[in-house]
Amino acid sequence: MSGGREHPMVLAERVHKAFGPVEVLRGIDLKVEAGEVSCVVGPSGSGKSTFLRCINHLEKINAGRLWVDGGLVGYRQKGDRLYEMKEREVAEQRRDIGMVFQRFNLFPHMTAAENVMEAPVQVKGIGKAAARERAEQLLRRVGLADRMETYPAQLSGGQQQRVAIARALAMDPKLMLFDEPTSALDPELVGEVLDVMRGLAADGMTMIVVTHEMGFAREVGDSLVFMDDGVVVESGRPRDVLNDPQHARTRAFLSKVL
Amino acid sequence: MTGVPDLSKEPGREPGDDQIPPESIVAIPVRHYGRWVSAVAVCALLAWLAWSFVNSDIHWDVVGEYLTYDRITEGAAKTLWITVLSMAIGLVLGLLLAVMRLSDNAVLSNVAWGYIWFFRGTPVLVQLVLWYNLSFIFDTMNFGFYKDETNDIITPFVAALLGLGLNEAAYMAEIARAGILSVDPGQTEAAHALGMNGAKTTRRIVLPQAMRVIIPPSGNEFINMLKTSSLVSVVHYEELFWAADIVGSRNTRVMELFVVATVWYLLLTTVFSVGQYYLERHYAKGSGRTQPPTPLQRLRAQLTSFRTKSQVGGTTV
Ligand SMILES: Nc1ncnc2c1ncn2[C@@H]1O[C@H](COP(=O)(O)OP(=O)(O)OP(=O)(O)O)[C@@H](O)[C@H]1O
Ligand SMILES: [Mg+2]
Repeated sequence: MSGGREHPMVLAERVHKAFGPVEVLRGIDLKVEAGEVSCVVGPSGSGKSTFLRCINHLEKINAGRLWVDGGLVGYRQKGDRLYEMKEREVAEQRRDIGMVFQRFNLFPHMTAAENVMEAPVQVKGIGKAAARERAEQLLRRVGLADRMETYPAQLSGGQQQRVAIARALAMDPKLMLFDEPTSALDPELVGEVLDVMRGLAADGMTMIVVTHEMGFAREVGDSLVFMDDGVVVESGRPRDVLNDPQHARTRAFLSKVL
Repeated sequence: MTGVPDLSKEPGREPGDDQIPPESIVAIPVRHYGRWVSAVAVCALLAWLAWSFVNSDIHWDVVGEYLTYDRITEGAAKTLWITVLSMAIGLVLGLLLAVMRLSDNAVLSNVAWGYIWFFRGTPVLVQLVLWYNLSFIFDTMNFGFYKDETNDIITPFVAALLGLGLNEAAYMAEIARAGILSVDPGQTEAAHALGMNGAKTTRRIVLPQAMRVIIPPSGNEFINMLKTSSLVSVVHYEELFWAADIVGSRNTRVMELFVVATVWYLLLTTVFSVGQYYLERHYAKGSGRTQPPTPLQRLRAQLTSFRTKSQVGGTTV
């Protein structure tokens, strides 16, 4: 997959984001290669979610540049001018990026199968029968083949999150973003979701995972990024960052969570 | 089950493996004397009321006869028809106004605001009369593709429809807006993240969820509309109320015909309430709550509440 590529899957250069007067991202630099699993950790309010949302243009960045798979996110460049993308083009870009939310955000008026089928049918125009077959495959992959006709309200948190992962996978994304996918779960349900993610990583999916699960980061992550106060303080191989943090802020954070 | 033995249980007994369940409780339910007394009092009052009506000067045979009189049933049909059509206009236009009101486009949102301001701020009776008398200010209407005398376009039916429908849209817009705002913003975000555009997100994700909040007050609006439609007699549209009025004054059985109209209004609202109930059940799918009891179940629950204590946390209303 990565053979002969000249650009990384995600490249961020000095990304800035402000909400009104508050600068939440203050120059993020990050590179994630295809097939890489990058785990992002950091204290609450450090801008992890905001950065993730910038990657699929749920938030507009104020300065810097952000590329996904070689394409500028949300803008077209002609010469040295930037043109904002139309809604349709933004939507097109987002098809290739799957996102999994802390609070699942499944569509409550649809069954598990309908949740997974919705985007392929509505966005890609795939036939219902084919989409259903694929939904069954995906739900089997996350261990929920027997829950096709169940509504989200009747599923446990862990099951809901696995349906949400299947829903994102249904668009065949080349990049998956996870925003604290296990933080809203009871401890005994965390494992089943992490197992699914581990499987994805093993299949070569490019993933950016905001998480507090240091064990997962150490075991599955190819890289670990520590963010604080809107900047990347430190990044590297998870083992190195966790065992031998170079910065005082990283050490302070890790001493609290490990 | 290790460590200190649990003395409250027999040794080796696992929770839940009750071989012989304990005898079920048989107890005399609490008697609710107060309920009986008040029920009897109310029934007596109702019986007295019914008795006085039966023995009043109302000729019940006339009521029975005119219940299915042509002009009356036509009036009832027209009432239903104008109500359904005005509600349809109200619902569609109201949803549109709500979406406009919530849009980022300042022009759209202000136009919607102005519409709601005007149509909620003036009596529907005045609006009806204005529509009906539109020919005083425009004697012809020119839509480009179609041009005619205003009086030929604004028939009583059209005046009634515009008056009721456009007014209703203003109220429905606020109901729809509340419904849309009740949907978790995370839903929109999830849809966008999947590559759905704004229109698809609204239609497929937001509105179906908003409907659960929109339907109960809309049912209320519908029933209100059934009754408000009696105002359209001012634009000479012969609906139920006006038909009853005309027939009653012709045969000098005014009160009898108003009773006839009352019966018809009650019938229409009852039939509609049942319809609403099933619509609500449809949009409640996936809500995870137990379905609300059917009207019959509710009645049964109420009757039994006289005999037994009302359930703790139950849904008896
Ligand atoms: N839409 C918004 N409007 C204004 N401020 C916002 C908005 N979204 C986020 N913020 C602010 O941006 C900062 C970073 O938020 P963000 O959610 O990115 O943090 P985080 O690192 O994900 O934290 P957590 O671990 O608690 O999820 C916070 O101070 C937050 O209050
Ligand atoms: Mg966050």
